[in-house]
Order: sequence, then structure tokens, then C-alpha cells
Amino acid sequence: MYTHQMMELIKKVEATRPRRKGVDYPRMAPQERQEVLRNFHPDFIADGFRPLKVGVNKGDKVPRELADLIEARSRIANVSLNLEDPTYDVDVLVIGGGGAGAAAALSALGKGADVLLVTKLRFGDANTMMAQGGIQAADKANDSPEIHYLDVIGGGHFTNVPSLVRALVNDAPMVIKWLEELGTFFDKDEQGNMLTAHGGGTSRKRMHAARDYTGAEIMRTLRDEAFNKGIKVIEFCAAVELLLDTEGKAAGAILFNLETEEYLVARAKTVILALGGSGRLHFQGFPTTNHYGATADGLVMGYRAGAKLAFMDTIQYHPTGAAYPPQILGLLVTEKVRGLGATPLNINGEQFVHHLETRDVESAAIIRECSERKLGIPTPTGMVGVWLDCPLIDLIHGEGTIEKQLPAMLRQFARFDVDIRKVPMLIYPALHYQNGGLMIDENGATAIENLYVAGENSGGIHGRNRLMGNSLLDILVFGRRAGWHAGEKCKEVQLKQLSLDHVDNYHRELAQNGVDTAGRVSPMLLPRYTHREALQV
Amino acid sequence: MVQVEMVDIYIMGKKYVVPASLTIMDALEFAGYQLKRGCGCRAGFCGACATVYRIAGDYELKVGLACGTKVEQDMYLAQIPFFPAVKQVYDLETLAPSNTAIADYYPEIYRCIGCNSCTAVCPQDLKVMQYIAYAQRGDLARCADASFDCIMCGLCASRCPAHIVQYHVAILARRLYARYLLPQAPHLKLRVEEIREGKYDAPLEALMGKDIEELKVLYNSRDIE
Repeated sequence: MYTHQMMELIKKVEATRPRRKGVDYPRMAPQERQEVLRNFHPDFIADGFRPLKVGVNKGDKVPRELADLIEARSRIANVSLNLEDPTYDVDVLVIGGGGAGAAAALSALGKGADVLLVTKLRFGDANTMMAQGGIQAADKANDSPEIHYLDVIGGGHFTNVPSLVRALVNDAPMVIKWLEELGTFFDKDEQGNMLTAHGGGTSRKRMHAARDYTGAEIMRTLRDEAFNKGIKVIEFCAAVELLLDTEGKAAGAILFNLETEEYLVARAKTVILALGGSGRLHFQGFPTTNHYGATADGLVMGYRAGAKLAFMDTIQYHPTGAAYPPQILGLLVTEKVRGLGATPLNINGEQFVHHLETRDVESAAIIRECSERKLGIPTPTGMVGVWLDCPLIDLIHGEGTIEKQLPAMLRQFARFDVDIRKVPMLIYPALHYQNGGLMIDENGATAIENLYVAGENSGGIHGRNRLMGNSLLDILVFGRRAGWHAGEKCKEVQLKQLSLDHVDNYHRELAQNGVDTAGRVSPMLLPRYTHREALQV
Repeated sequence: MVQVEMVDIYIMGKKYVVPASLTIMDALEFAGYQLKRGCGCRAGFCGACATVYRIAGDYELKVGLACGTKVEQDMYLAQIPFFPAVKQVYDLETLAPSNTAIADYYPEIYRCIGCNSCTAVCPQDLKVMQYIAYAQRGDLARCADASFDCIMCGLCASRCPAHIVQYHVAILARRLYARYLLPQAPHLKLRVEEIREGKYDAPLEALMGKDIEELKVLYNSRDIE
């Protein structure tokens, strides 16, 4: 519920609404975009990053919070393990139970492989489940994979790896077709045409959606299919270290039963990392839209085994995280809200940026409005935010649009007595996505033989900025590709003896480079929150 | 100085004093728990944090998602992070969207006694008993639509005296409906054929060969729908 003071400020929003309706705020010129990014985007806050002191990316800058986890000791440093007697022995080990892991497991199974999927929380507890707005694919007559390619690479500031972008856009319609055949309930008209919309930075309306539960609909469908196909799944079982064989090839993982706290050995001919992102590290103190389990475990384990990081100095801040009420701080307000016409407004009820700039530019513009220009709206909890004028949506598209197209948003705000059909939301950028990750090729393969990576855990596809709707796409394109290749490759793998020498070597390297790990162990696995801030008035 | 309002809550019977502004999930953490089960997306999408509670002095059992429900004074709570429900296994490709498609797998839907407990308990405010009625009639379209916002938290099944697993019934209805009764997208079929024929191979190859300056010109001059 908004305070009396906030309700007073909302009157300004209502006063300017009639003259704003249907008027398009000008988009920024390329020069202006660069300027606002340089001055206000968190990626340009030098103090938020530091160079790594060890490993393949030694000298490269990554967020401080991630560097601390990378420069830490293994959880199994003092654990005795019998590598000769694995608890699990499979063809393909998939680590991670989100969309990428599910797609990889189904695809590897399709190649006839014996697949085991392990996941730290429940199967389906992942950022995939939370993706609301949609999934991109150039499948309409006025669109093409080439146009999609240009949007992706321009959105990524021309830094993306071209072969990965090609795979992404070329496979996209095939992925949608696959989902359609699996019975994914997309929004369609009576002829079956997909109802598609714009997202930030798209030049065609190619955002396919399932109301505002797009990721949830995809995830529950894939999970149901995985159960139907009999894929072995172990929940509450985290991977804590990769296993290599004596030739340095990936050969399984050390698992950790979160409940019994036992360590287990899983041997596999090929391994697919699909452990998602790192929002729960709260880089630079930002609230996050991410799932509870997004603690960079895949980056830490992969890096320790020798895989290379790419683009880890660039993080995506979603322009619209909830800033109020405090119970939903950081909650993702889907870009679909802006796609449907809601616009950001300052304390005077005036728009200050086009509502569909790319996410980095939109976020930077909101931060500028609140910091340099001091035109943000303060909250009783000491936050500051800007309005997102959602009641405009029903004015533009007709009454009932919010109820029909944004049921999740409507419900989540209603739980805390905010009716988004009548009053604007208060939003501020929130940590949303790691643009980078472990470097892959177009088959999801890494430089370590038999090690594959898919989804947010991987890097290179989106360059320095990802567009909305390309993440749900990326997890499925590269989940499938990694699954197919790992499922094929395992047929020719002759495993040698299992080894954890790389962990010892890593510890030695830490010491040689004078890194004081200060008692830190990683991967983190679970965040710890205490909510002491709730004691402040 | 303004005082922060605190409330007494009872987590599985044990008392903790927590700020009244917190959600159940945050209150568990404030109390010192590091959550393993019973915590997922923290945003109302994943269904991991179904919680049953009762306020002292009241006989009624209430439910909610821990991430979306605020604590109250004298709240006794326990989480249901897992529910051992039956999920039938089927091959969607060999099913037909017939009137009995759901009943073939979940015949217990006809045991519904109309108590409406499922609807009363749904944290998404879905009309659960209504969509089970649609399933009984073989009305896949309505069952799919009415159950769409289901997050599969399991609370409905936990209260059902007829042992119906509503959320598994619902996903079968949605998959059948979307696979067989919603028309397949014609433009999608066409585009997939074009890609398989290699229509975009050369143009994509050409784009990959362009340098940044060329790409910038193309990007900045592209027309926007």
C-alpha cells in the first residue's frame, strides 16, 4: 500500500497522463546512449570490479563479489573421497535443473544416452521459471533470422561472438516449434498465429509469450516431459567440484546432498553445466530479480577446472525491479509492461526516457534521473525509484488488458494492496542477468574436452548486453545443442582414472599468487539473509 | 523515535519475535534459518514455499506462499515444501485430445465431492474445483484456460478428500489443448521449413563476415516495426 505522501505524488502522474497518452517519447541518438551508459551504468563504476589474481582469466576484471568466490578454497579441500567407487556412473551428467538443464537432458536422452540431472534445489527452481515477458524468434513474414541477428548484435554493442549469434537466431524458430509440439500454451489468435510484441531493442514484434508466465509455462512443460521420459533427477543435490580424468578431460562431479551433507562421486563421460547466473551475489549492493539459487556456482567450478570466462565484467540490470512495497523489493516487473505501453516517469509525472530503450540504457537513464537529476520518488524505506505508469496500458489497449495479459504482475502487487490497473508501480533497476559466463562454442562445448555449458552459465552469445526474450531462447538453443553433442560424444569417450588434481593445483596457485582467501570457501550454494534492515524505521 | 512493530510467530511451534513488515519467508530468515527447502524464486512463480498457518485463537487453517504473505501476531506456521503426489506418465505424441483423455490417466477426478477445499486453498485464487469440473466434462479448452496461472505448489492436493492431484490434471489438460486443439502457427511452420532448406545460411554467413562499422550502419538504419 502506498503512503499518503506517495498518493499525493501520484496525482501529478494522473494530471499529466491525458497529454502523454499516445505520444511517443523520442529515442536517444547513438552518441547520447553511450554517454548515459558511461556516466551512470553500474558496469562503469570502477570500484565494483577487480582483476583476478589466478586462473585462465588472470588480470581480467570481474565483479568484486565474484572475484571473492573465485579466489576461495574448495569445499572439498579436507574431505576424503573414494574416486574409485562412484555413487553414480552415467553417460551424461547434467548439473542444473532450470530450462537449459531440462532441454539438455531431454536432448541427450534423445541421442540414447543414460542421463542424470542433479540440481541444488527442486527441478524447475530457476530463473527460467521467473521469466515473464517472452521468448524471441523471427518466425513472422516481416521478420527473418538476419533481422534478429542485427538486433542481437547491435543490442550487445557489437561484441557478441558471431557464430553463437547465428546459432541463436537460426535455431530460434525450431525451438518455438519444438515447444509448440510439446504442448506449450503460447498466446495465439484463432488461426494459430502467435501473438507477438516488441521488447527493448527489437526491430520486429517477435516476442512470443504465454501471458506473463512464459518462463513458467516453458519450464513446467519441459519438466513434465522430463518426468514422462523417465529422466533420473536428484533434487537438493548440489555439485561442488568438477571431476577431471588423468588426461584433463571432464569426467563427472563431486555432489553434495544438501540435507544429509554427504559428499558423493558422480562419474560421467560428458558433463553439462547449466547452473544459471549470479544475481544472489548482489553486485554493488543491488537488489536482484534472480532466483534464490543464483550464486555463480557454475562459474566457480568451471573456472577452477580451467574453463575460460568471457564478458564477466558486464552485468545486466533490469530497468524495472520493484522498489516498493519493501516485501517485493527487486521483484521483476516484466518488460512486457513497457512493451504494452507503460512509461517511466519522474516525481513530476514527466517521462524522461523512451520506454523501450535497450535494458542497459533504460537502467542508466533511470539511475541518472534519481541520482544526478534528483527527480526520483523517495520511499519510506529509504529507497528511491521512478514511476512506471501502468494504468496507461488499459487506456491504450482497452480495459481488461492488464488482467488478461499481466495476471502475475496484477496478483503480485495486489498481495501488498497495490492495484496496478489504477496506480503506477514504483521501480528501480535491479540486478538481473550475467551477460557473460563460461566461454562456449556453437555446440556448447568449452576448451575442456567433454565439458559443455548452456544457459546463463555460458558467455559470448549476448556480448555486453542481452535483449529481452533472448535468454529463454538461449537456454533452449544451447541446452539442446549441448545435449545433442554431449549425448553423441559420450559414445566415444573412454574414461581414464578420475582426478581432483586440478583442485590441489588451484589451491597451490592461490598460495603462489599471494591470495589470502580469508577463510572463504566456494561455491556458495545458498545465500544467507538476516533482514536486519527491517529493524530500521 | 518510532518503534519497529514486532510480532510473535511460531515456526513449527517454536516462538520467534520478528518485524511485522516481513513476509513469512523473510521472517524465517530473520529468525535464523538458512532456507533449503521451502524457498525458490521468492517471487510467486515457482510454488516452492507453500505454507500452512493458523492464528492463535482461531480454528481455521489458512495457507499462503511464504514469499507473498506477511507475518501476523501469533501465527503458527509450517511449510509444505514437497507433496508426494502421483504424476502419471504419458506420451503426448500418442494421445488424442478426446473427452476422456484426462479421465484415462486421472480417473479420480470423478471422485470430487464438491467440497471446494481446493479453490479455497489456492494461493493463486484459481477456481480449482471449477477446472476439475471442466476436466470431468472433457472440456480441455476451459480446463487449460482456468488453470493457466497454476504454480503447482501442491496445496490443493494436500487438502483434497478425493485424492485428486489437481495440478497434474491441469498440466495434462494444457499440454493436450496446446498441442492438439490450438491451431499450429502457420508462419512458424513455414519459417522452420525455410531454415531447414538453408534459406538463411548465406545471408547469415554474410552478416558474420561484416566488420563492426558495417554492422553499425546496418543497425542504426534498420527500420523498426
